Amino acid sequence: MVEISDIRDVLKSLESLKGVVDTLSDDDDLFEKGLDSFGSVQLMLALEERFDIEFPDSALGRRSFSTIRIIRDTVAGLRQQEAA
Amino acid sequence: MNMHVEVAATVPGAAPVATDAPAGDLDARAKRAAEIAGRHADAVDREGRFPAEAVAALKAERLFGIQVPVSLGGEGASMSEIAEVCAILGRACSAAAMVFAMHHIKLASLVTHGQDSAWHAALMRRIAGEQMLIASSTTEAGIGGDLRNSLCAVEAQGTGDGDTFRLTKEASVISYGAQADLILATARRHPEAATSDQVLVALLADQITLERTSTWDTLGMRGTCSDGFLLKAEGLPLVQVLQKPFAEIAAQSMLAASHLLWGSVWFGIASYAVDRARAFVQAEARKKPGQVPPGALRLAEAANELQAMKSTVVAGLARYEAAKGDPDALSAIGFSIMLNNVKTTVSVQAVDIVQRALSVVGILGYKNGTPFSLGRQLRDVLSAPLMINNDRILSNTANLLLVQKGSGKLLSA
Repeated sequence: MVEISDIRDVLKSLESLKGVVDTLSDDDDLFEKGLDSFGSVQLMLALEERFDIEFPDSALGRRSFSTIRIIRDTVAGLRQQEAA
Repeated sequence: MNMHVEVAATVPGAAPVATDAPAGDLDARAKRAAEIAGRHADAVDREGRFPAEAVAALKAERLFGIQVPVSLGGEGASMSEIAEVCAILGRACSAAAMVFAMHHIKLASLVTHGQDSAWHAALMRRIAGEQMLIASSTTEAGIGGDLRNSLCAVEAQGTGDGDTFRLTKEASVISYGAQADLILATARRHPEAATSDQVLVALLADQITLERTSTWDTLGMRGTCSDGFLLKAEGLPLVQVLQKPFAEIAAQSMLAASHLLWGSVWFGIASYAVDRARAFVQAEARKKPGQVPPGALRLAEAANELQAMKSTVVAGLARYEAAKGDPDALSAIGFSIMLNNVKTTVSVQAVDIVQRALSVVGILGYKNGTPFSLGRQLRDVLSAPLMINNDRILSNTANLLLVQKGSGKLLSA
């Protein structure tokens, strides 16, 4: 099970977001809160490492990483696929 | 008659062209404008002045509005059709071609992201009707050319309704800012926003003041007049701010349009140089029948590279046209990498091709005022790897490659 709090932990490791993570709601658009393309790549790498997953190219769009809730759903979906 | 067949083949669905569109298809209109641009290109370069005659010709041919949808009074031209016009102009006058390309890069942002805003839809109607010239203000003192960050901010004015705004931008470069009818400027969404939380603001020339802070005196591309300005706007309606995040505008229309249209301008410059080299070698061959002229091998190399360059631009255009209208495809990492690669590849090839062509025509190319002169073209094309520095783009690609997987396929992404 992937918890929202796990995703928040990962976000706190990012330079571009670490100061604001606690003020974010689960549905805030991270790109509007300072996440840039460099940060989004760092985020993907951190998520791949933390959850032992690999994002396929199809999941590498902006949309998969736009909010905390969507990230949680994306990661949970990938974990389920890999378990199956 | 042939002309009409071509219209049908290249402009599908564009039959109800604006009633006042000039005669001929886009190619014919572009070639007439290019003829005028070419006539003044040396003076524009020498004097470092705005290509006014070329821009007047582009307006007369109504080429500034072609990208605007038919429903808003334009011709709904595709990116590929605009790219072809850029290449035709690039053969004649690099500066005029670059002005045309930059105008359409900005217009692409409006067409892609502004149609659901009544104010911006009306603006597009005006652009098509009045052939307004659009400039871009992204570069800023303290930020440099980093498109995706701004310091200046949209400041809502008035205590109650707050329906107007103020903007002050230290714009260290605005190409043809002094000549444009409209400037699209990036700024932070509000004074407390992160530097990457940007919006795109439409500013009409008569709504702003521009105080020149630096002058564009450069090796090449001298006619783009990319001076620096202090830009000030006060009391403008907030509806002029496009509410969509600029990050999306950049990813989904601006980067693609920039790399593809600039690449097309550079292709025009390179193809002109190869044509000069070919004409030179052919003249040599005619003088000495039975012998292959010494420059023929160098010409073959230049032609080879020109074909590779063309394939890269055309493939990029095809990928863009296929992804168009699909925000997921346009903001996919693989798509950004592809576009970055188009830019870094063709910008280097263009310089190399012009240099090879120069080595073929020799001293007649080095000298100004001969039928084979290539000095202006070489100086102009040297801007290609620097205009958005290739190192910056490669760093961005390097970052994206940390997560991309790749399909390994030949015919698809």
